[in-house]
Amino acid sequence: MSGPSTYEPKYAAAKWMDKRLPIIRMGVDFMGFPSPRNLNYWYAFGGILSLCLMSQILTGIILAMHYTPHVDMAFDSVQRIRRDVPFGWLLQSMHAVGASMFFLAVYIHMFRGLFYGSYKAPRELLWIIGCAIYLAMMATGFLGYTLPWGQMSFWGATVITGFFGAIPFVGESLQQWLLGGYSVGNPTLQRFFSLHYLLPFVIAALVALHVWAVHHVGQNNPIGIDVKTKEDTLPFHPFYTMKDGFAIAVFLMIFALFVFYLPDALGHADNYQRADPMKTPPHIVPEWYFLPFYAILRAVPDKLLGIILMFGAIVVLFVLPWLDTAKVRSMRFRPTTRRFFYIFLFMCFILGWCGGNSPDDLAFTFGHKNVMVDGHEVSEAIGMTFKTLSRIGTIYYFGFFLFLLPVLGWIEKTKKLPDSITKAIHDGEA
Amino acid sequence: MGIKFMKTLIVGATLALGGLGVANVATASDAGGTHKLEHQKWGFNGMFGTYDRAAMQRGYQVYREVCASCHALEHLSFRHLADKGAPFYNADTPNPNDNDVVKAFAKDWSIEAIDQDTGDIIDRPGIPADKFPLIFPNAIAAAASNGGAIPPDLSLITKSRTGGADYLYAILTGYHEAPHDFHVADGTYYNTAFDGNQIKMAAPLSDELIEYSPYMVAGEHGAEPHEVAAPVATTDQMARDIVEFLTWAGDPHMEARKRIGLATFLYLFIFALLLFLTYKTVWRNVKH
Repeated sequence: MSGPSTYEPKYAAAKWMDKRLPIIRMGVDFMGFPSPRNLNYWYAFGGILSLCLMSQILTGIILAMHYTPHVDMAFDSVQRIRRDVPFGWLLQSMHAVGASMFFLAVYIHMFRGLFYGSYKAPRELLWIIGCAIYLAMMATGFLGYTLPWGQMSFWGATVITGFFGAIPFVGESLQQWLLGGYSVGNPTLQRFFSLHYLLPFVIAALVALHVWAVHHVGQNNPIGIDVKTKEDTLPFHPFYTMKDGFAIAVFLMIFALFVFYLPDALGHADNYQRADPMKTPPHIVPEWYFLPFYAILRAVPDKLLGIILMFGAIVVLFVLPWLDTAKVRSMRFRPTTRRFFYIFLFMCFILGWCGGNSPDDLAFTFGHKNVMVDGHEVSEAIGMTFKTLSRIGTIYYFGFFLFLLPVLGWIEKTKKLPDSITKAIHDGEA
Repeated sequence: MGIKFMKTLIVGATLALGGLGVANVATASDAGGTHKLEHQKWGFNGMFGTYDRAAMQRGYQVYREVCASCHALEHLSFRHLADKGAPFYNADTPNPNDNDVVKAFAKDWSIEAIDQDTGDIIDRPGIPADKFPLIFPNAIAAAASNGGAIPPDLSLITKSRTGGADYLYAILTGYHEAPHDFHVADGTYYNTAFDGNQIKMAAPLSDELIEYSPYMVAGEHGAEPHEVAAPVATTDQMARDIVEFLTWAGDPHMEARKRIGLATFLYLFIFALLLFLTYKTVWRNVKH
């Protein structure tokens, strides 16, 4: 895809350099990477995500200079950052809101890949590396949320590490090994801090592989057909640097809105209370980006089965390239699958809604019935509980990947594909 | 192209807001409140909201004379009261440690310290650099003196409660006669805003419990300092003032945050506009 290099050094110093370490050549080739000319704004999220990662690493490194990973001091040190460190309030807010923005962008990026079939041959590995990045992001996000040592930090960590305890035979030992003790405590906080600092660099390395892979196989595009001639492409710079640049600026405005005007909107008030191992909060909820998985976990009565389903929901993404049997990549040409995709998207939101509520509360009220309580007649609402709703969501989630995508690939009558990207643009189909 | 971009933008914004909306509903719905909070009008709300200096200063007096008998301000030092944007900031003494009002406040508190000559533990008057002292030596002592309930730290009280300022105001003004069929347990008080309606804190405020000192407006930009008469300390007035003060205590950089936010938006808007025009120029001869 990237083809032979066309770079020709002009200056003596550049020629000298090119013979010894062709780093300028690499940069020039990178920036001139031929990209399909029909990429839309959904393709800007790769660039947005790189920016998110850089922002998280930079703000994180500075925060780590001021943060103290000790159970007696962590909460206070975060307050010190927000109050006394010059612009500490800005750095801390950018880092905390930045995590949410990172996940917002990665979800849009993943749904885009799903819609345009960007996981199909020859991009299977590109997709799998992406899934690994997402998994590492989830781990990093969870570890980072523990560090401020508020009530949700502590109890969230207690619940999540409790999952490992449910694994048969080795669960208990594994859990103790992870925690560095019998419960979440100082050894836990210190190792979480260490790993939270390590993982972003693992993510950066995975991102390098991800970008390498995309440069090797070439970008997919909204109509999902291969690039055939040079006519079908444009050099990345200046065409997409400018287009993505504009998208990044718009994204930064959403980011800034939260950092400056709604810094607490995405967090939980309980996390402004110091962690107290003796006081369980009435509702333990994870950060919003984990809510759909939390709903899947609580959809089944059995703890182990819930955990298997929750991890299964991520594992299924890794094998997606082999679950979807369709020959056509883009859902633009798959009218039936496209409808089921929209329902899938909707179900992810439903699962998120379920994850943030108590399973036994009513999601929808259908009516009221009178029941006898202590000899009094009391009116009680009847309707669908969040547990039932999350079961529907869970069944659809797995049904989409394990049943709909394999079967629709065989039976669906797809629309006729354009001959080339250039022709599609000419006909107004791109 | 324009329409296509608008479409993408609208879909993108809907997705984003949908996702964040789910997040918000999720956090709001587990507040567990038994009733709806009444929204109050606060000057610090909104994109351009600022703190009311006079109200914060009165609020500090309420804290000092009422709340401080049980509640600490763990994350605050006296000097914070004289920072830029803080209740007692004085442009003439920008270094908070030189601020006379705050020096006087600090001196009013007794601070446990180590005598530099003998090593004995002594009590000395506070200085602006000192932290607000803890009211109880530890959590057990706090619980023992308050019927088993630990008076929460107030420096993050509006941030750590769902509903924030509205919730705190509702608690402070929520003491009413219990309904006939409601049994109030010993050592608790009926409060309409508290979860379960029984709170261990006795009504802390009552009309004219304290007398507000007149308030000095610092002579900024060469103007003479002048005195402003304080309002009557009704329960409602004191509740509003302490909420103003404690909201600042939890979020002392709010004004700077909003100011910088506005500049950032202006910058990003111009930046986005220039990028958009560049993008249009670069792509002008490309059919896509």
